[in-house]
Amino acid sequence: MFALVDCNSFFASAERVFQPALADKPVCVLSNNDGCVVSLTNEAKALGIRRGDPLFKIKDIVEKKDVAVFSSNYVLYAAMSARVMHILSEAAPDIDVYSIDEAFLNLEGITNEQLKVKMAELAARVPRWTGIPISIGVAPTKTLAKVAAKYAKKYKGYHNVCFIDSEEKRKKALADFPIADVWGIGRQSVKKLEFFGITTAAAFAAKEPEWIKRNFNVTGLRTWNELRGTPCIELDSLAEKQSICVSRSFGKTVTDYEGLKESVANFAADVARKLRKQHSAANIITVFIRTDRFNTSVPQYSNFVSQTLTVATADTAEIITFSHEILKTVFRRGFAYKKAGVIASGIIPDTAIQQHIFDTVGNRDKRQRLNKAVDVINAINGRDTIKYAAQESASGAEWSSRKDFKSRNYLTNINELIEVRI
Amino acid sequence: MKEMESQNLNFFNVATDTELDLSFVNEGIHAGFPSPAPDNVSLSLDLNRELIRHPAATFFARVVGDSMRDADVAEGDLLVIDRSLEPQNGNMVVCFIDGEFTLKFIRLDEREKGVIWLVPANPDFPEIKVTPDNNFMVWGVVAYTIKNRLHKL
Repeated sequence: MFALVDCNSFFASAERVFQPALADKPVCVLSNNDGCVVSLTNEAKALGIRRGDPLFKIKDIVEKKDVAVFSSNYVLYAAMSARVMHILSEAAPDIDVYSIDEAFLNLEGITNEQLKVKMAELAARVPRWTGIPISIGVAPTKTLAKVAAKYAKKYKGYHNVCFIDSEEKRKKALADFPIADVWGIGRQSVKKLEFFGITTAAAFAAKEPEWIKRNFNVTGLRTWNELRGTPCIELDSLAEKQSICVSRSFGKTVTDYEGLKESVANFAADVARKLRKQHSAANIITVFIRTDRFNTSVPQYSNFVSQTLTVATADTAEIITFSHEILKTVFRRGFAYKKAGVIASGIIPDTAIQQHIFDTVGNRDKRQRLNKAVDVINAINGRDTIKYAAQESASGAEWSSRKDFKSRNYLTNINELIEVRI
Repeated sequence: MKEMESQNLNFFNVATDTELDLSFVNEGIHAGFPSPAPDNVSLSLDLNRELIRHPAATFFARVVGDSMRDADVAEGDLLVIDRSLEPQNGNMVVCFIDGEFTLKFIRLDEREKGVIWLVPANPDFPEIKVTPDNNFMVWGVVAYTIKNRLHKL
């Protein structure tokens, strides 16, 4: 089973945490440069405000109905998101952060009874600990989990958790569910489906697979399968993802900082490559590390840290550098690490990168050409034919000399500084 | 720390990504002899780890005002608020009542059902009786207060 955890009106809710007086008031958060509404609460929706409305268009309502309006504060949202994701990752071992306010939990191997208890706990814990309200949808596929989450959000009776865990419930959930609201069905497809008279998820799922494939190719077929309860969407296969996560469990646990540094550099390089492949750039870089949660005999530690960048980037060197800076702050000595990863979020098209007066990186054009050249060479000759030195640290390489008597890096590694005893 | 203004308390976001090791002496001076202690043994105290039990649920705030003076909480002090803690009778809490944040002790009286008393630590301030008619919530339980002791008398 999969769970989709969705933060309700995330940006607006994050603002509310620090201003509880707004708890039942309409709240809107605006995009960069206060252009248009990017996040709004139900109270604001009830006034007729919609996501995407430009500020000038809603000015009247804002004044008359006393709507609280905020400019976006991505640093706050990223920090809040990290907290929510941290709680989720502690509750479920296998998590895919899909966007700043959504994550899929892979819940295989947990009985349905345990699942009910666990999800109810989670639905209570996240708002209590962070102040952020959430909705949880649980179903055998990711697409159905999304459907379930919509129901959880819409109807109070679910107490924020909706399960689609039987054939009967699946049919009932899809019967009236608008096809336009199904995950993976784009605007163009909706128009086409309307033409064929298909407006609900149920009608779409009832079609013949050949017909689906002919009209909506393999992507449509995947959605069709998922709606029928057959899981087939791996997050990696999504064309344009709202976040990119590269992570791996280590065959052997890693205890030293240098070892983690090398892995993180590789994940960072892969994240950068994926960003460039979809012609996008990231505003936020997150690094997480964790010990083996299934081995309860060793001390446990896990942590996430996110950093917001001044200028969105898809540059390998830059993302490696940022990831290393973050790793330095999450790393703690004395733990055996089992998994690490790098997540890029706040993803925008690379045509929309905003220049910044405090940009510390010079010659971005030149670096873009370098990245392009590296991508081309690696595409022809195999991945990592050309790579950054950081992706293969001296300690990890076979050719490195033994260093059994090496002293600590007193001057160059913050974890190894001299201890002054007084 | 990112500051957020509110009416009586300034909130900060918690950066638990840093680790402040205050190391103890764990080796003497061994003239001419290498220490047998392995490198990775560090006897140290990390205040982040000690004072922040639940990083995802912990918020810092700075105190403005003096209603808790006799509990030795004064303007400028830092509060470490742990929202994962269930408020108990007698806890110092940050609460929200009728549009404002405030810092008080909570007192529950078994004889008065549905009533919560907010108790200041300064005789100049009255106790506040909270009933279901008030717009009230306990925002978080104060786990620690941190005071700068460099201020001179």
